[in-house]
Amino acid sequence: MEYFVQQLINAVSLGGIYALLALGLAVVFSIVALINFAHGELMTVAGYVIYFSLALAAPLAAAVVLGIGVAAIAALATERLAFRPMRKADVTGLLITSFAVSVILRVIFQNGISARPKPIAMPASIAGAFDLGLVHVGLIPLISIVTSAVVLIALTRFLKHTILGTAMRAAAEDFAVVRLVGIRANHVVAVAFAVSGVLAGVAAFLWIAQRGSVDPLMGAIPVLKAFVAAIIGGLGSLSGAVAGGLVLGVLEVMCQAYLPDTLLAYRDAFVLGLVILILIFRPEGLIPAPNVRRS
Amino acid sequence: MFQRPDPAMLTVQQLCVRYGEIEVVKGVALSVAKGAIVALLGANGAGKSSTMHGLVGLVPATGEIVLAGQSIAKATPEDISRLGIALVPEGRRVFPSLTVAENLLLGGAVHTRRHDTQAAEEKLLRRFPILRERYRQKAGLLSGGEQQMLAIARALMSGPKLLLLDEPSLGLAPQVVDSVFDLIAELRTEGLTILLVEQNAARALEIADYGYVLVNGKIEIEGSGAELASSERVREAYLAA
Repeated sequence: MEYFVQQLINAVSLGGIYALLALGLAVVFSIVALINFAHGELMTVAGYVIYFSLALAAPLAAAVVLGIGVAAIAALATERLAFRPMRKADVTGLLITSFAVSVILRVIFQNGISARPKPIAMPASIAGAFDLGLVHVGLIPLISIVTSAVVLIALTRFLKHTILGTAMRAAAEDFAVVRLVGIRANHVVAVAFAVSGVLAGVAAFLWIAQRGSVDPLMGAIPVLKAFVAAIIGGLGSLSGAVAGGLVLGVLEVMCQAYLPDTLLAYRDAFVLGLVILILIFRPEGLIPAPNVRRS
Repeated sequence: MFQRPDPAMLTVQQLCVRYGEIEVVKGVALSVAKGAIVALLGANGAGKSSTMHGLVGLVPATGEIVLAGQSIAKATPEDISRLGIALVPEGRRVFPSLTVAENLLLGGAVHTRRHDTQAAEEKLLRRFPILRERYRQKAGLLSGGEQQMLAIARALMSGPKLLLLDEPSLGLAPQVVDSVFDLIAELRTEGLTILLVEQNAARALEIADYGYVLVNGKIEIEGSGAELASSERVREAYLAA
C-alpha cells in the first residue's frame, strides 16, 4: 500500500509535467492548427536560463521566474519570426516550419553553449523529504504536483474569466467570427504562444528539479511524450491534454513500478500498447475537441 | 418612384472577389442609404455571401468600399468591426461551447469600458428575454431560432452603424422566420442601417426599401422593394441561375 501511494505520487508528479506540456501544445494547436515541434526547445531555453541564473548566484525563485519569462518571450519570437509569415500555409507547411525552428534552436544550443549536459544543483532546501502519515514523500514531487495544479487552475481562470481567455476559447471554434467581433487575430495568436511558453517554462523547471541537468536535447523526450498525451486526450482539446498527460504519467510510472524485471526493458512498448488500446476505444481521444470551423 | 436619400451609409463600386482563378463577385456596385433596409437577392451561388465577406475583409476583395465617407477597402475584419459594421454570418456561427453570456461578451469586445458592454448587454437582454433565460447555457444547446437571436444580439453588442445579415431565415421554422423579419423591421425604426442577404426574396422585399438582384456575380436588376417584388425579371433571374 505504502509503495503504491508513493508510486501514485510519482505518477501524478510526472503526469502533471506532461499535462503542462501537452496543454501548451493544445493551446497553440487549437487556435492556429500548428503542431509545434519546437515546443521542446522552449523548455530547453528555460532550462538554460535557469542554469545560467543559478551559476550567477541568483536565488532559485528568481532564476525560475526568469526562465519562464524568457521561454514566453522565445515563444513570442518564434511566432513573430517564423510562424506568422507562414500563417497562410497549410498544415504540412507549418509542421515543417516548426521542425526548422526546432533544429535551428538545437544547433544554437549545441554550438553556442555545449553539446554536453550542464549539471544544475538544486538548493538543499528543496532536496528533502518528509513523512505524510504512512508514506515518505520527496519534496520535489510534491512541489511538482502543487505547481502543476496551481498553474492549471490559474490558466483555467484566465480562460474562463477574462475577455482574452474567452476569445481564445472562441477562436478555437471559429477564428473568423472572433475577428468579425473586432478582436485582433494577431493578439489572440500571440497570447496563445505566450501561454505555451509559460507552460513550457514551468515544465522545464519541474523537469530539471528531478533530473539535475540541462542539455540541448532536454526538451525532445518530454515533448514527444506530451504529443502522445495530447493525442490520448484529443488533439486540440485543452481538458483532454491535461487528462492525457495525467493518464500517460500514471501508465509510465505504474508500468515501471509493477512490471516484472524481465519485462522492464519493454516498459515503453507496454505504455504505448495501452495508449493504442485507449485510441481503439476512443479514437477521438478521451475528451475530444469540439468540432472546429476554420477559415 | 423611390428616391435614394443621401448621404449613403455604404457605397460599393467595382467590388470583385476571387478565389484563386474563379471570380465569384464581378464588379458589384451598390449603395445603402442611412437608415434603410437594402436587400441583396439572388439564387444559390450567385455571390451574395462572397460579397458580404468581401465587404468585411474576410476574403480578399478589390474595389471601392466607403463606409460613411471613409474608405475601408484595405481594412482588416477587426478594423471594419471597430468602424461600425457588424456581420451576422450565414449559419449563425455562434460559439457553441461558450455560454450565451460569453458570446455576448465577445460581441462587445470593441468597447473599452466595461460599463458600455454591460449597458449594451442589458438593452439586448430586454429585447431578447429568451437569452436572459438561457444566459448560462452553452450556445450550442440553443434551438436554431434562439441561436439566430443570439447571433444578431452578439452583432448588436458592438453598437454598429451598419448591420449585415447573411441569410438570417435559413433553416428556421416559419413562425421563427416571421419573428426574425419583424425584428429586422423593428431595428430599422430604431435608426439602424441594414444590408440583408436573402434567398427568401418575397419576405425580404416586404421589408426592404431598396433591393439588388445578383446573378452570377453581377448586379442584374435593382429597384425599390415594391418594384422588385412585382417584377417578372426578378422571378426569371432566380430561375435562370
